[in-house]
Amino acid sequence: MSDILYLIIYGFVVTALVGFLASWFERKITARLQYRVGPPLLQPVYDIVKLLGKETLVPFGVSKATFLSAPLLGLASVALVSTLLWVNTLNPGKTFIGDLVVVLYLLTIPSMSMMIGGFASRNPLASLGASREMKLILSYELPFLLAVFVPVIKGGFSIKLGELLSFQAQNGVFGGGASGVLAFVVAILCVQAKIGFVPFDVAEAETEISGGLLIEYSGSSLAIFKVMKNMLLCTLPLFLIVIFFGGLRFDGINALYSLLKYIGILFLIIVIKNTNPRVRIDHAVRFFWGPVMVLAILAVVLAFKGL
Amino acid sequence: MNLKQKALLKSLWVFHMSTGSCNNCDIEIIDCLTPRHDIERFGMVLVGSIKHADVLLVTGSVTRKCIPRIKRIYEQMPKPGFVVAMGECSLSRGMYINSYNCPLPLDKVIPVDVYVPGCPPRPEAMIAGIVKLIEKIKATSEGKK
Ligand code: SF4
Repeated sequence: MSDILYLIIYGFVVTALVGFLASWFERKITARLQYRVGPPLLQPVYDIVKLLGKETLVPFGVSKATFLSAPLLGLASVALVSTLLWVNTLNPGKTFIGDLVVVLYLLTIPSMSMMIGGFASRNPLASLGASREMKLILSYELPFLLAVFVPVIKGGFSIKLGELLSFQAQNGVFGGGASGVLAFVVAILCVQAKIGFVPFDVAEAETEISGGLLIEYSGSSLAIFKVMKNMLLCTLPLFLIVIFFGGLRFDGINALYSLLKYIGILFLIIVIKNTNPRVRIDHAVRFFWGPVMVLAILAVVLAFKGL
Repeated sequence: MNLKQKALLKSLWVFHMSTGSCNNCDIEIIDCLTPRHDIERFGMVLVGSIKHADVLLVTGSVTRKCIPRIKRIYEQMPKPGFVVAMGECSLSRGMYINSYNCPLPLDKVIPVDVYVPGCPPRPEAMIAGIVKLIEKIKATSEGKK
């Protein structure tokens, strides 16, 4: 019973609320960086409520089941990942063997669901976006795995999130050493691509393929995709905090540190988004397989040396 | 007014379609997003696909080629959706009124909710147009009650 409560309260409600706040923060910081005023605090909520109230169109000749279930698939997987992360943050004893691997698998499903939706919508631009997303997954997934491997090595080859957290509580965070810093840099670049932010938003490039993957989505199905993306803004930084910076703690002064960690990572992601132009898909693939891959391998080697 | 409509008024997403404009109106639209006017304060953004939009913003004198296309675009807009005609060209065909290629003004092709005159309209005029649209939505929803 309590597990279901975790899923509903932490996995969905808390993550979505934090995600809405993060999405507002992202738009506000973007606006301030461009000397604008930016949207009001409740803007993400208005957007979602408005989309839920609109008509949902299904394009002609499309498999309705695939087209409409793709957003739900993505939302469900993000909720599950968030639940795993929150459970381990609040109660590291509840971990099980291999939950790190489960998290890694589930984190690719949001991109997969957008791909399924894109291919299902029978629109050439959406297919183009979906194929770009596929190439992007192929390019960032390996460096991301290597970056996640670094905390695993340093934590004594444990693939339990809870054990990684308690290890960090005793021996200092993994993000402290040289290998940790390198791995964090690699991971944050991959997270940028996972969220679909500039410079790696080729799959949804609005000015070029007019929304790409999401072009045919409207009304509530679009709203679910938006909620999913907002939730990713909570989940992915949380994942980075758990594996590199010792997780979140909410007792006394630690609550402030936790807040600072989260806002710091979010801010970093937003600044990367705002100071870079969109890269072409071939540049993105070359970037991830070239320099980022080298950095990731270097981080793994350093981690084996114990640095 | 219910919750849905309140949210709609606070987050109007705009899709911009040019039906043969001279490109000046389109540049003025981009002006609305700049720091000086910043319509994102009111939750308005330009979106890339008509399926995401609440407002169809049409510029340009509606040419023969564009008539079937603007009709199709209008039909694809998820309802409730609104149409704003912008610039003298789409209002009355402006200087192209005698052209063989512009048989009809926009409101003879699709229903138009708000007109923004000017050649091109200033960004202030556009914001005034949006305010008119919001007033109109409010008035119709209260009339329904
Ligand atoms: S109204 Fe004037 S500025 Fe706008 S498209 Fe027509 S001619 Fe150009």
